[in-house]
Amino acid sequence: MTVTSELENPAPAKLAVEHVSKSFRTKRGTLQALDDVSLSVEEGEFVCLVGPSGCGKSTLLNLVTGLDAPDQGTLSSDGVAITRTGRERGMMFQEHALFPWLDVLGNVLFGLKLKPHLSKEERLQVAKFYLELVGLKAFMHANIHELSGGMKQRVALARALAPNPRLLCMDEPFAALDAMTREHLYADLQTIWSRRKKTILFVTHNVREAVCLGDRVVLFSPNPGRIREEFRIDLPRPRDINSVQLAEHATRITRALKSHTEAMTTAE
Amino acid sequence: MKRILHSTVFFIGLILLWQALVSAGLWSPVLLPPPGDVAHYLLKAVRDGSLFEASLVTMGRLLAGYLIGCLLGLPLGLACSRSQMLSDTVGVLALGLQTLPSVCWVPLALLWYGQSETAMLFVVVMGTLWSVLIAVDNGARSLPPIYVRAARTMGSQGIHTLVKVILPASLPFVVSGMKQGWAFAWRSLMAAEIYVTILTGYGLGHLLHFGRELNDMNQVIGVMLVIVVIGLLADKLLFAPWEQFLHRRWGTGR
Repeated sequence: MTVTSELENPAPAKLAVEHVSKSFRTKRGTLQALDDVSLSVEEGEFVCLVGPSGCGKSTLLNLVTGLDAPDQGTLSSDGVAITRTGRERGMMFQEHALFPWLDVLGNVLFGLKLKPHLSKEERLQVAKFYLELVGLKAFMHANIHELSGGMKQRVALARALAPNPRLLCMDEPFAALDAMTREHLYADLQTIWSRRKKTILFVTHNVREAVCLGDRVVLFSPNPGRIREEFRIDLPRPRDINSVQLAEHATRITRALKSHTEAMTTAE
Repeated sequence: MKRILHSTVFFIGLILLWQALVSAGLWSPVLLPPPGDVAHYLLKAVRDGSLFEASLVTMGRLLAGYLIGCLLGLPLGLACSRSQMLSDTVGVLALGLQTLPSVCWVPLALLWYGQSETAMLFVVVMGTLWSVLIAVDNGARSLPPIYVRAARTMGSQGIHTLVKVILPASLPFVVSGMKQGWAFAWRSLMAAEIYVTILTGYGLGHLLHFGRELNDMNQVIGVMLVIVVIGLLADKLLFAPWEQFLHRRWGTGR
């Protein structure tokens, strides 16, 4: 094992979600977060899950990473059933979730230290590679609280990428950032994704964001959480979030999203 | 530098005030000796080695009991925070015993172990253990669950999560718990040493006790001063570096 082989990209995963249901018991009764949801994701595909809050899109990510188990249905990655968490399925959260007791480098090293075949020196090289990728190598020894919101999310991205997952789940990772920082990160994420092909499941409630990043946009509706419609986005990359074509796609999808949500409210 | 100056001026002022009170002659010098006499006693006790020896005996007992208390309290506290069953049993027991002033363990320790080092050790362990356990339990329980979830998606599980995530994440609570445990251990040991004479070693508490028996106010006040200084040193040397590290990493405090 060498750093080169460690940095080599494994083939991105193929994901299959079949007839998955998941409900939560709350004080007000049972919440059907996901109801008979099926989704198939190709190798290396960037899929954005869009919908209003409470439509179960984050729940789906928790099932895919193995943090939670479905009530019904099956999930599999490359034909292997997902029964628990594993480093081949990484996750990036809305809150950066970085560990305050470690510095930037320590955070990126966290997942690498769980790979026993790597030497200390090799882990360091791999961590530096990813910090370079997100443009924060100079901040290697900074404490987490010293970073800006955008920098924290960059570190979180580096940390999620470092164990070299084949599938990356991202749960509204940019929602808490200001518009300028977000636009930078859209560009960076596209570059990183093109350099290190991963299968990405990206949850957002921002339609423009979804169109800017995704190969495919999947619309969810809440109560119970279901998939309503899917849109393929064939715009050339890298995409600029402010382009007119992108806006056209976004308008179309927003209209569809509204009609599903309205249909629901009238049905009630 | 300015801070040291402030402290120095303050304490010199206190000693001058003390001297002034003695000179005013309001109390008999037997009850309130001048600072010079106390200093004289301290000098003598340092010279004949009795003070150093007593401090050594006391610190030995304290450190041994404290370490045992922490070594038991840390893992038990962590375990309680992860298991509802343990928390409902051991946790409740700890909470109850923590409210018991640790000097209350002394009679029991004497009956169980006699006038021995073991009795001393037992009292110190009881003083430390429960407060460390409860602080660690509370700390680990109040962690944002996202840390554990994030760690799991990177392949961390079981013991690894406990040692590499939950323990460091609750470090601020652990340190304040250990500090509280130290304070309780110190208090309980002093109480025990004043209360019982143990022939295997005379600690600072005994020196204080003998001072009273001999009606030697110089010794009483001198030993009290030593006890205060040791407490201060422990705080500055043992805990301040940790707290500084935590403030720097977490970005809390000044």
